[in-house]
Amino acid sequence: MLTIHVNGQSHQLDVAPDTPLLWVLREHLQLVGTKFGCGQALCGACTVHVDGEATRSCVTPVKSVVGKKVVTIEGLSGELMGSLEAAWVAEEVPQCGYCQPGQVMAAAALLVQTPKPTDAEIDNGMSGNICRCGTYPRIRRAIHRAARERNRGRSS
Amino acid sequence: MRDIELRRREFLLASAAVGGGLVLGFYIPFTGAPIAAAVEPPELQPNAWLKIDEDGRVTITVAKSEMGQGVWTSMPMLIAEELDADWSLVRPQQSAVAPVYNHTVYGTMVTGGSTSVSSSWEQLRTVGAAARQMLIAAAARAWEVPVSECRTEAGVVVHQASGRKLGYGKLSTAAAREPVPAAVTLKDPKDFRLIGQSLARFDSPAKIRGTAIFGIDVQLPGLLVAVVARPPVFGGKVKSFKADQAKKISGVKTVVEIPSGVAVVAADFYSAQLGREALSIEWDLGPEPQLSSAGLQQEYRELGRQAGTVVRQDGDLESALKQAAQTLAAEYEVPYLAHAPMEPLNCTVELGTNACEIWTGSQFQTVDRDAAARAAGLKPEQVTFNTTFLGGGFGRRANPASDFVVEAVHVAKAAKAPVKTIWTREDDIRGGWYRPLWYSRLDGGLDAAGRPVAWRHRIVGQSIMRGTPFEASIAATGFDGTSVEGAMDLPYTIHNLAVDLHSPVHTVPVQWWRSVGHSHTGFVVESFIDELAHAAGQDPYLYRQGLLTKHPRHLGVLERVAAMAGWQQPPAKGRGRGLAVHKSFGSYVAQAAEVSVDDKGRITVHRVFCAVDCGRVVNPDTIAAQMESGIIFGLSAALFGAITLKDGRVQQDNFDGYPVVRIDDSPPIEVQIIESSEKPSGVGEPGVPPVAAAVGNAVFAATGARLRQLPMTPERVLAALQKG
Repeated sequence: MLTIHVNGQSHQLDVAPDTPLLWVLREHLQLVGTKFGCGQALCGACTVHVDGEATRSCVTPVKSVVGKKVVTIEGLSGELMGSLEAAWVAEEVPQCGYCQPGQVMAAAALLVQTPKPTDAEIDNGMSGNICRCGTYPRIRRAIHRAARERNRGRSS
Repeated sequence: MRDIELRRREFLLASAAVGGGLVLGFYIPFTGAPIAAAVEPPELQPNAWLKIDEDGRVTITVAKSEMGQGVWTSMPMLIAEELDADWSLVRPQQSAVAPVYNHTVYGTMVTGGSTSVSSSWEQLRTVGAAARQMLIAAAARAWEVPVSECRTEAGVVVHQASGRKLGYGKLSTAAAREPVPAAVTLKDPKDFRLIGQSLARFDSPAKIRGTAIFGIDVQLPGLLVAVVARPPVFGGKVKSFKADQAKKISGVKTVVEIPSGVAVVAADFYSAQLGREALSIEWDLGPEPQLSSAGLQQEYRELGRQAGTVVRQDGDLESALKQAAQTLAAEYEVPYLAHAPMEPLNCTVELGTNACEIWTGSQFQTVDRDAAARAAGLKPEQVTFNTTFLGGGFGRRANPASDFVVEAVHVAKAAKAPVKTIWTREDDIRGGWYRPLWYSRLDGGLDAAGRPVAWRHRIVGQSIMRGTPFEASIAATGFDGTSVEGAMDLPYTIHNLAVDLHSPVHTVPVQWWRSVGHSHTGFVVESFIDELAHAAGQDPYLYRQGLLTKHPRHLGVLERVAAMAGWQQPPAKGRGRGLAVHKSFGSYVAQAAEVSVDDKGRITVHRVFCAVDCGRVVNPDTIAAQMESGIIFGLSAALFGAITLKDGRVQQDNFDGYPVVRIDDSPPIEVQIIESSEKPSGVGEPGVPPVAAAVGNAVFAATGARLRQLPMTPERVLAALQKG
């Protein structure tokens, strides 16, 4: 038995300790917003936060997150998610939408570290996340927009 | 305004919804039975397009698959416009599979060919207009006034003289009792309130929050998960296998042989994957165990020396080439390409004795349902087919053999349990159904003034239609039109023009891939016309312009993109600019790219400009988004994408070996839409074809190196630089 902490809740699980976190989230906890895309940490669709760090859950054995705090797209809330969601809607980012939870998780981690990212910082922070629909120009705009809104919120 | 008479075999049917309200269908009877006999209780009715509840909510059925192109928003817009609905009360709902939802041209339920808006344009507006007329009739009856004194505004019928108003919700039950109009009057486009507006996508919030359900997210009680070991070589099959080690893995429930390979069925994905790794399989490697891309290229080049099936012949090509003041010859090659949608293929099947239920993201519901029924030994009507969101399609989820659906049915049948079959990324990349590998040989002739007087284009590559339900189209013309689209309809004025085709047969399964034949012809013809312009010593923009005088819509986008890109001013130092114009799926797209090339041969695409003429605009932001999407998809193929074979094996298996454009490769893109009153045409695919040529032409402008092979890898760029 393993105990992991996801989105503020503890879960006791009877799983093989090497099982990738991705499949524990999806199949045991029914948190299907975290997506399977490549299984090799090449596409970012499975991005979650482990102790605040953007992490590829498809190559993260579940045993390695014991004692840590995991946040998935379902658990991302508050002002940060609010501003990202509003920006993503305003820029009409999603197309097929499959990669977008991972994009939002990566963007959230980026904005926590770099509240006012430049284009180059966005490219650097987001280059691990593939979007086959090619929503990249809109992702870039949405991150700038979310950053503006958040900075405005702070200064007022 | 336009009057549309409902065709004889199509009837609009109205009925009161359970608990009140109006349900409006559009029924196509197959037996000629009286309409009344065809009316079913509303909750069973498979033919509803539109439901208005008593509280005013409007539910609109979407019969197309939402794979990112925005049909969940654009389809409701067509109905809501003519209904004069209050858009804030409109919600989309995915359709079941039923004849009423068949594609108006293709005759089965299909999402493809960039046709969703064009094929639904009259159909769905007619539904909305009929409902609106019934709501007006119900209001007029309630007020005891003539229909002619009533009009509508968003969600409300208004009696002009008295100022009385009734909402659609309050009218809906009464409206259901009104006769369905035999003819409807459609709006004058100048009165459109919704069509032409960038209305927000309905599917965005759920997709951002991760609550949108894709096929891979489907959950059922007792659902098992399968992964399948498929032959390592196309055309191969299982000779024998040992599953003892696999069955020892905790979580593995069973291992079953199915026609496409060996399936490991487990309680969860990880166990299934470990089980597959533990299988020991002896494969029969089929008829082409040594197939290689290099061998195919060699074969195609040799075929290119012989005449193929003639698909177009204008004038006298041979004499024109002989008399030309200058001739040019060139060979172009593009590789196999995988679609690689972000959501790996998957399909969930629950099979009973007399029933089968399927959940998957499909572009091809009728074909898939019927194929599933055959595999299950059931009748089509015993199969319930649920369409989820598609995590990308690009053509892959419209498989002519229904490969991922049929396989999942075989797994569920053999496992005797509800099973979700999941492909890994490696399965997807190595799984075939690629855009074909193509070879083109071009011969051009110029007169003394540099004008093109001869153009021969010979194309070699596998037919995607062969062996599919659409093979009849080949029999009709003698060739596969999708192999030569974009080449046989070359728009440039060249009096001696010939296009011919070889369609060699190989075991590699091939399929339509976003923009289909145009994905290679757009690159080839728009690069070679650029070669002719440079050989003539003329500006490639002006050269094209002079040859397109009979094609105003081509000219329109070409001139617009030249203005957007500032074609008359030279680009910044070290940069080159190239352009291309191509018609596909009824739409005209011109693109200009600005690039630079570093000393290691790496191309940076700095900016892309795009002008599109797709007829009347339904949702401008969707059109811009599809152009951006097509450009980036096309850039992946231009710069990175290649599936190659060696010793029968695919040499790539994930996004490391098969890279695609990432955000740091992605240039700023500017899109402009040409205003038009022509019928709407495609936007999902037409953004793809021009971009590789625009980039290649820009590389030539920057460096003098002509790239005639995709992808434009640094090695190829350096080789071309040395040659140039």
